[in-house]
Amino acid sequence: MAAIRPIDYGTPERTAEASVSLEIDGQAVTVPEGTSVMRAAMTAGVDIPRLCATDSLEPFGSCRLCLVEIEGRRGYPASCTTPVEDGMVVRTAGDTVRRLRRNVVELYLTDHPGTSVTGEGHGDDELLAMAARLGVEASRYPSARNHQTAAVDDSNPYFRFDPSRCIVCSRCVRACNEIQGTFALTVDGHGFASMISAGTGEDDFLSSECVSCGACVQACPTEALEEKTVIEAGAPERAVVTTCAYCGVGCSFQAELRGDRIVRMVPYRHGQANHGHSCVKGRFAWGYTNHPDRITRPMIRERITDAWREVSWDEAIGFAAERLNGLRERHGPGVLGAITSSRCTNEETFLVQKLARAVFGTNNVDTCARVCHSPTGYGLKNTFGTSAGTQDFDSVQSADVVLVIGANPTDAHPVFASQLKRRLRAGARLIVVDPRAIDLVRSPHVAADYHLQLRPGTNVALVNALAHTVIAEGLEDAGFIRTRCETDEYAAWREFILRPENAPEAVEAVTGVPAATLRAAARLYATGGNAAIYYGLGVTEHSQGSTMVMGMANLAMATGNIGREGVGVNPLRGQNNVQGSCDMGSFPHELPGYRHIADEGVRGIFEREWGVTLDTEPGMRIPNMIDAATGGAFKGLYIQGEDILQSDPNVRHIAAGLEGMECVIIQDLFLNETARYAHVFLPGSTFLEKDGTFTNAERRINRVRKISEAPAGMADWEITQALAQALGYPMHYRHPGEIMDEIARTTPTFAGVSFEKIDELGSIQWPCNEAHPEGTRVMHVGEFVRGLGRFLLTPYVATDERANRRFPLLLTTGRILSQYNVGTQTRRTDNRVWHDEDILEIHPEDAETRGIREGMRVRLASRIGETTLHAHISPRMMPGVVYTTFHFPETATNVVTTEFSDWATECPEYKVTAVEVAPSHTLSEWQYSQAQARERQQRVTHEESTTEEVTARERA
Amino acid sequence: MDDAKMVHQANQIAAYFEAYPQARAREGVLDHLHKFWPPDKRARLAAYLAGNGGGLHPLAAWAAAQLEAPAGQD
Ligand code: SF4
Ligand code: SF4
Ligand code: FES
Repeated sequence: MAAIRPIDYGTPERTAEASVSLEIDGQAVTVPEGTSVMRAAMTAGVDIPRLCATDSLEPFGSCRLCLVEIEGRRGYPASCTTPVEDGMVVRTAGDTVRRLRRNVVELYLTDHPGTSVTGEGHGDDELLAMAARLGVEASRYPSARNHQTAAVDDSNPYFRFDPSRCIVCSRCVRACNEIQGTFALTVDGHGFASMISAGTGEDDFLSSECVSCGACVQACPTEALEEKTVIEAGAPERAVVTTCAYCGVGCSFQAELRGDRIVRMVPYRHGQANHGHSCVKGRFAWGYTNHPDRITRPMIRERITDAWREVSWDEAIGFAAERLNGLRERHGPGVLGAITSSRCTNEETFLVQKLARAVFGTNNVDTCARVCHSPTGYGLKNTFGTSAGTQDFDSVQSADVVLVIGANPTDAHPVFASQLKRRLRAGARLIVVDPRAIDLVRSPHVAADYHLQLRPGTNVALVNALAHTVIAEGLEDAGFIRTRCETDEYAAWREFILRPENAPEAVEAVTGVPAATLRAAARLYATGGNAAIYYGLGVTEHSQGSTMVMGMANLAMATGNIGREGVGVNPLRGQNNVQGSCDMGSFPHELPGYRHIADEGVRGIFEREWGVTLDTEPGMRIPNMIDAATGGAFKGLYIQGEDILQSDPNVRHIAAGLEGMECVIIQDLFLNETARYAHVFLPGSTFLEKDGTFTNAERRINRVRKISEAPAGMADWEITQALAQALGYPMHYRHPGEIMDEIARTTPTFAGVSFEKIDELGSIQWPCNEAHPEGTRVMHVGEFVRGLGRFLLTPYVATDERANRRFPLLLTTGRILSQYNVGTQTRRTDNRVWHDEDILEIHPEDAETRGIREGMRVRLASRIGETTLHAHISPRMMPGVVYTTFHFPETATNVVTTEFSDWATECPEYKVTAVEVAPSHTLSEWQYSQAQARERQQRVTHEESTTEEVTARERA
Repeated sequence: MDDAKMVHQANQIAAYFEAYPQARAREGVLDHLHKFWPPDKRARLAAYLAGNGGGLHPLAAWAAAQLEAPAGQD
C-alpha cells in the first residue's frame, strides 16, 4: 500500500549477538544470526522480489516470489523464510528463478483487474509494480477470475476491501494478529477459493471484531485493502512526518499529501513511540480539521446573550485586551487567569502560562491536567523526585509481570495496548485492578492471571494490602531499599504497612477482593521477575488519587522494581500533550520544570528572561477560579483549547462561575459548550496547521510539523503572542523553535532540547541536558531524581461519596476507543458509526431489579444532578457499579458527578459518584435547557452573523 | 466558594497527614496549604477559624491558626 514508503527489508530485524557471514550475488555480507536471506540481501542492496513478506511481519512464505538459489541446496528456497548460515553462497537473479518469479506474477494476475484503483500507474499495488519490474505484461494463463465478481466490503467508513485485488498473502491477517493483536481476520476456504474474511459467517469489517486500526490496510501489498480517501483523491505524492494530536501515546505519522491535500495518515515506521502502528483515531479520524463547524473568523460580543459579531483579528484582539486591561486596572491582576491546553503544543502552553504570569501579572494559570493526572505529579514528585513516568513504552517488552491499575489501554491507549498484548502473548503475566472487566482481562490470546475487581474508591486499601503482603511475607528487595531509599522513612512506612488493618484479610470487606487472590497477586508482582505498573485515571480521579500514586511508588520501591528496563511506575497519560503542558509550568504553583513559584532562585531565572517581577504566591486552580467567580472575585479568563463546561465536574456550578465573569476568551476550533459563556472567540489551529512539539506519556518530545495554513490564518502561539502585544508586552517570536530555545534556557531538564536536535534524533525523552545529551529512556537508574527514594505513608480514607438508600449504585466513568474525551474532534468524524452516544453499562442483576431492559432510556441521578441515556446490560460490571463515557454534550455526564476531589490536587473524583438509575421516557430538564441553549447559540452565529456565507466563500 | 467545601478540603488534607506523628502532621498540613492554596483561600480559612471555626479537623484548625488573615477579610 504505502506509496511513499521507507526501505522495506522484507523480514524483521534480528538482534542476536552472534553474527553470520555469507555471500550474496558475489558480495560478502555479515548480519546477526537468525536474519533471513532476504533481509541480508537487502542490507547489501540486493532487493529480492517479494509480495507476502514485509519487514513489519514475521515471514510466512506463501507467494514464492522470493525464490533464490543456494549452493549445495536442492530446489529454490524462499529467501524470506530461510535463515542465513555461515559460508552460504546465494544467487538471487539466475535465469531459472527469474522465470519462476514471472510465472508466479502471471498467475496472480489471472485473478486481478490488472489496473490500479487510483487510475494512475501502479498506485499502491505492489503486484502491478512487481509485474512491471519483472517484465510481465499480460497473463498467459487463462483468466481464472475467481474473485472478480465478489462483492466489495465497504462497511468500514475509512477503508474498503475489494476481494478482486486480494492475493491471499495473509499480510493483513498477520498484521491484525502480530501488530494489532485483535485477531479479527481469517483466511476462509482452500486453494483458489480461499479468501480473507473479517469475523465469522456473515460479518463484514464493521460488524466484526475489527477495531479499525488500519494495520491490515497498511500491510496489504495490493489495493485490496485501501483507504477510501486514496481511492477518491488519488495516490499521495509527498509526506511530512508529524505527531498525532489525540492520546498520550504520541504516535508519529506520515501525513501523505497530494498537492496540498492530505490523502492519508500513515503511522511512521521510525516513530519511536509507535514503531509504525496506530489506532483508528490517529490514522483515520482527522476529518474534523476541515469540518464545516470550524470557526474561521474571530468573533466578539458585548454580553453573552448578544449575537456573535465576526470581526478582524485586530478588532478581536483589541477588544479582548481592552477588557482585560480594564479589569486589571479596576480590580488588580488577581481577577484574571488563563487555562492552558493539553491539546496544544509545548510552545503554546509555555506562552499561555507566560502570558498569565508575566503579562497579566498573576499565577492564576491552570490546565486540563487538573482533572486527570495532577495526582501523578504530586505523588511521583514526592516519592521519586519528578513528575513523570519512569520508562519508555518499549520497556514493556522486558517486563515479566504487568500490573494494570485503573487503566483501559485497549480503548484509551491502543497502540501501547498492542505492544503490551504482544508481550503478554510472549508469556508475561498480567494482573488487572479494575471494577470493570476491561478487554485485557480476557481477549484473544491474552488473559489476566488475576483480576482484582475492587469497589470504586478503594484503591488505596488495595495497594496497601498488596504492600502489606510483600512485607509480611518477606518478599521485599532489602538490598534495593537499603541502598536506594531513605531508611528512616522506610522504617516508618514498614511499621505502618504491617499494621493489621492493612492486611488483605482486613481490607477484603472494604475492597470486595478476596484476600487469597490479593495475596497471590502480590506474590506474583514481588517475585515474578521484572514487574511494571501501568495506570490511568482510575488511579488519579479519586479523593485519594495522590495517595494512591504514592502507594504504587512505595510498592515499586519495596520490591526494587524501579530504575531499570522492564519495571517502573508508568502513568498512561490521557491527552497528547498532558505531560508537556504540566512540564511547561501550567500549574498555578509551579514554573516550567516543576519548580515551585516560591523558589526565589527559579523566579529569578524567569524574571531576568521576561523582564518582569513575578508574584511569589501560588495562583488559583480552575475550581478556585470558578468558586471565586461565583462570588465576584474572579472576572477574566483566557481559555486555550479546553471545554471546561463539559470536562469539569458539577457543570451547573461551572456555568454559574462562567456567567459571573466579565471577559471570557475562548480560543478553540469549534464553538464548544464553554463558548456559550464567552465574549471573545479566537479561532485556533489544529495540529496540522502549526509547528511545535508534543510530549507523550514517556516524556518523549516529538515534533509537530505544519502542513497547511490555519483557516483563520493564525497558529495558536501567534494568537497568544498577539494578545500579549496588545496588552503592551513585547513578545516577538518568529517561530516556535525560538520558544523552545527559551524553554531550554530556563528549564534544566530541557537544557539540551532544540528543534534541530529533535529533527536529528527523531525525538528526545527529557531530561535532556549535559549529563544526558540525547535524553533519558529510563529514569532513576542508580539514583532517584531526588537522591534517595522516599516511602510515604498512605492511610486509606474512605471517600465521603457513599452509596446510600437514595443513591445505592456507584457510577464510574471512562473512555471508549473510537471517541476522544469530550468528543469535540471525534464526534465530527465518521467514528460516530462505532459510538454515537454515551451508554450506561449496568449489571444484569441491577437492571433486573429496576425493570431496565437492553437499550432502554434511563434516568441517571446523583445528589448533584441528573441526565438520561440509553442502557446496556453488561456482566462486565460488578453488581452495584454502573459505568458510562463522557464524550457527548447531549448526555453531559458531568451534570451528575460531584465536586469531591483529590485531597492534594483537587483532581475531581470522577470515578465515584453515588447514583440511582431508573427507566425514563424523557430527557432531563438540564438536557432540555442545554439543547435549547445550544440551538440558540447556533442560531446566533448563523443567522445574525455572516459566518456561513463567509466560510462558504472561503471554501469556494 | 462555600465554607463547607473549604472545610471539607482542609479536613481531607488533615486526614492524610494524620498518619504521621503530630509535629510532622502539623507541618505537613501547613506546608501543603502554603504550597498549593492561593493566598485568598488561605486567608478565608484563617478567617473561618477566627469566626465560628466549627467542623475543622484538629490538624486543619492548628494549621489555620498559623495562617494570617489579611486585613479587611471577613
Ligand atoms: S483494521 Fe486493524 S483490527 Fe481491523 S482487521 Fe485490520 S488490522 Fe485487524
Ligand atoms: S490516539 Fe493515541 S494511539 Fe491512537 S494514533 Fe493517536 S497517539 Fe496513537
Ligand atoms: S516473499 Fe517470500 S514467499 Fe512471499
